[in-house]
Amino acid sequence: VTQTRKPVDAVIIGFGWTGSIMAKTLTDAGLNVVALERGPSRDTNPDFQYPRIVDELRHGIRGELWQPLAKETVTIRHKPEDTAAPYRQYGTFVFGNGVGGAGVHWNGQLWRASPEDLRFRSHIEERYGRKFIPPDMTIQDYPVSFEELEPHFDHFEKVCGVSGIAGNLRGKLQAGGNPFEGTRSDEYPTPPLPPVYSAQLFANAAAQLGYKPFPLPAANSSIAYTNPYGVRLGPCNLCGFCERFGCFMYSKAAPQTTILPVILPRPNLEVRANAYVTRILLDKSGNRATGVRYIDETGTEVEQPASLVVLSAFQMHNVRLLLMSGIGKPYDPRTGAGVVGKNYAYQMVTGTLAFFDEEVRINPFIAAGAAGQRVIDEFSSDHFDHAKHGFIGGSAVRAAGTGGRPIEQLHLPPDVPRWGRQWKAAAKKHYLHTAVYDTQGSVMSYRDRYLDLDPTYRDAHGLPLLRVTFDWHQNEYKLAAFSSARLEEIVRVINPKRFVSILMKPGQSYDTRFYQSTHTTGGAIMGSNPSNSVINRYSQSWDVPNLFVLGASAFPQNISYNPTGLLAALAYFSAAKVRDAYLKSPGPLVNA
Amino acid sequence: MSERGPWTRREFLRGGSAAAALVLPVVLAGANESALQRNPYVPQFFTRPEWDFINAAVDRLIPADDIGPGGLESGVPEFLDRQLESPYGYGAFAYMQGPFLTNVPPQLGYQLKFTPRELYRLGMAASDTRCRQLHGRAFCEIEVSQQEEFLTQLEHGSIELPGPPPEAFFEQLLLNVKEGFFADPIYGGNRHMGAWKMIGFPGARADFTDWIEQAGRTYPYGPVSIAGRSQA
Repeated sequence: VTQTRKPVDAVIIGFGWTGSIMAKTLTDAGLNVVALERGPSRDTNPDFQYPRIVDELRHGIRGELWQPLAKETVTIRHKPEDTAAPYRQYGTFVFGNGVGGAGVHWNGQLWRASPEDLRFRSHIEERYGRKFIPPDMTIQDYPVSFEELEPHFDHFEKVCGVSGIAGNLRGKLQAGGNPFEGTRSDEYPTPPLPPVYSAQLFANAAAQLGYKPFPLPAANSSIAYTNPYGVRLGPCNLCGFCERFGCFMYSKAAPQTTILPVILPRPNLEVRANAYVTRILLDKSGNRATGVRYIDETGTEVEQPASLVVLSAFQMHNVRLLLMSGIGKPYDPRTGAGVVGKNYAYQMVTGTLAFFDEEVRINPFIAAGAAGQRVIDEFSSDHFDHAKHGFIGGSAVRAAGTGGRPIEQLHLPPDVPRWGRQWKAAAKKHYLHTAVYDTQGSVMSYRDRYLDLDPTYRDAHGLPLLRVTFDWHQNEYKLAAFSSARLEEIVRVINPKRFVSILMKPGQSYDTRFYQSTHTTGGAIMGSNPSNSVINRYSQSWDVPNLFVLGASAFPQNISYNPTGLLAALAYFSAAKVRDAYLKSPGPLVNA
Repeated sequence: MSERGPWTRREFLRGGSAAAALVLPVVLAGANESALQRNPYVPQFFTRPEWDFINAAVDRLIPADDIGPGGLESGVPEFLDRQLESPYGYGAFAYMQGPFLTNVPPQLGYQLKFTPRELYRLGMAASDTRCRQLHGRAFCEIEVSQQEEFLTQLEHGSIELPGPPPEAFFEQLLLNVKEGFFADPIYGGNRHMGAWKMIGFPGARADFTDWIEQAGRTYPYGPVSIAGRSQA
């Protein structure tokens, strides 16, 4: 028996960053809003309290804060002609779960996109010619510019108490900041923390080579700070339990530490946890959403009618729900027609481990997800001339130690035996004296890399899993080799006793067994018209104008940066337009 | 007691309690050890032959030496037993719906139908059977060098075993053994935080505010555990 609840003005599917941003704007405007979250309700107190939270096995390995794969996962294959296999155990990416979404367990690396990232096809064609883009590469421009997003990047940084140094303040380059960033209207709200030791070594070496290292923009507040909503964050203490954990210091920005304390008490917001949405409901025309159907925590099927539907789940889940609801034309890789599921992309990561003698005390456990790290931006986006390198895109090159948790983060030379006396001796010898550096590279979109519904595998409710078809292309292998070589030049100047790089080489397929990045993108991309995209510049569905789709599913191709800054700016850009135009006159905000 | 003596009553008490505080940990440690001998851990998942197998395997994977504690004195077998009795052991953390494909590229990860409990049970039984065929004795009874050789063959899949692929059993075992060595002592392993002390990880301290300005200096403090140092 299906229960039907009282109609509301807006229903929000997924209560992480973008759902919280939209909930703030809609409740500010006086709407009655219901937010549905598939996972449990969570807050700093009691869920992230010390010392229970600093438990590597519970959170870092078993993943208590992650989506339980037993109930729902994805299937993965390398090529369209392969049979996809279920992603049975966590490896390559980790999905968030519960109120706050992946905004709870992230590291807090909060980047803006580079201006050219938002008009990437046009930019590449103008600089290198049309032929520079391989024929099967399906990259396209965002239908929104850096200048339009800048106020929203700025606002979100202030909401999160981001620590950093401006590099380009109103057109003037600033010492110590990122000279490659787009023009900023304001400084970061909090100053950076001093570098941890591995980052100090990196910054010194990078500067010797003529690069401009700067503090990684960190949504780990460095001081006690009150954000524009009146919510107070605490200073980061470099506890070493950031990524994969909730923050007991109220320092890492999460919906819980920035937005939710203001909106949760509002009478016009109701959050329903453990509500698993199975379908966005449409009227007979198919052009209008009437609400959503979900399974509540008792197993009861519930329909929630709503005038406005906001789909703000994780990137993968947004695409799956569109496909399960029959919204938009599914992408067909054979013809290139259809848009839902199109342009799935990922990130290409390389790592370099630097092994030092015992007098060099890296102390890897003194670390945060972002605070205290240093990075260079010379090789991201199109910050260097790609003409002679034969690939498109780039990498952020980072001093990337986020902790020294010994089950996951004890790094040993590859020639050390994996067990026995020699393993033990190496563990003791290297643990305190090993630094981790990495490059995080963009991945372009391609005709044969996409998302659809798996024909075989089902979730715990009998609904089809999302199927991921993905492998690396030559462009990304070249990018990895180039980025790793630049990083190695820096590590040579640091001069450890020994260093070892890890990178994917041509012929090596995408390996889901090892954690690489949770920055999956695309599948419900934004564009200039309904034939090239699922949503318009305001994240509004072309097919169903009272549906807005938020998150990294909008990215037409991936960037080298962590996606949260860009997806939050796109959500604020959308929310402002909904508030200022859509609510006054509901309907398409861009003419198809 | 005379107020005019060399010790006032208050001073005596203070001195006395300080002395008691110095002695107490030793007494408690002794009590713990004898309590442990009186009440050794009774495995719930492992049968007696399996317990013998697992103790021998843990002793080979992380042997005791002058570098630091071995897996046995760290309580790794107890950790394994408790994990395998927990939802994790029953596969509750993994997607376990079929069909289970064969001929899948290894890059697509674990595709076997076995839960961790099943992988252990089948892997241990098959290993002991194979050891009896090869050496006439169970794994726990053969020479240390023979055990090392057998584990190496499991690791590389260079030995035929009925049931799950030997390397899948080995990977599961090695993964969990290292988890037990390095996880917080609340899970039964890493007894006395010995593994953390060996490598220099300060455990659940999780506050390095005083070290933000001291990058590169030796960190002087030993580990603490989630339950507090005394219960470690």
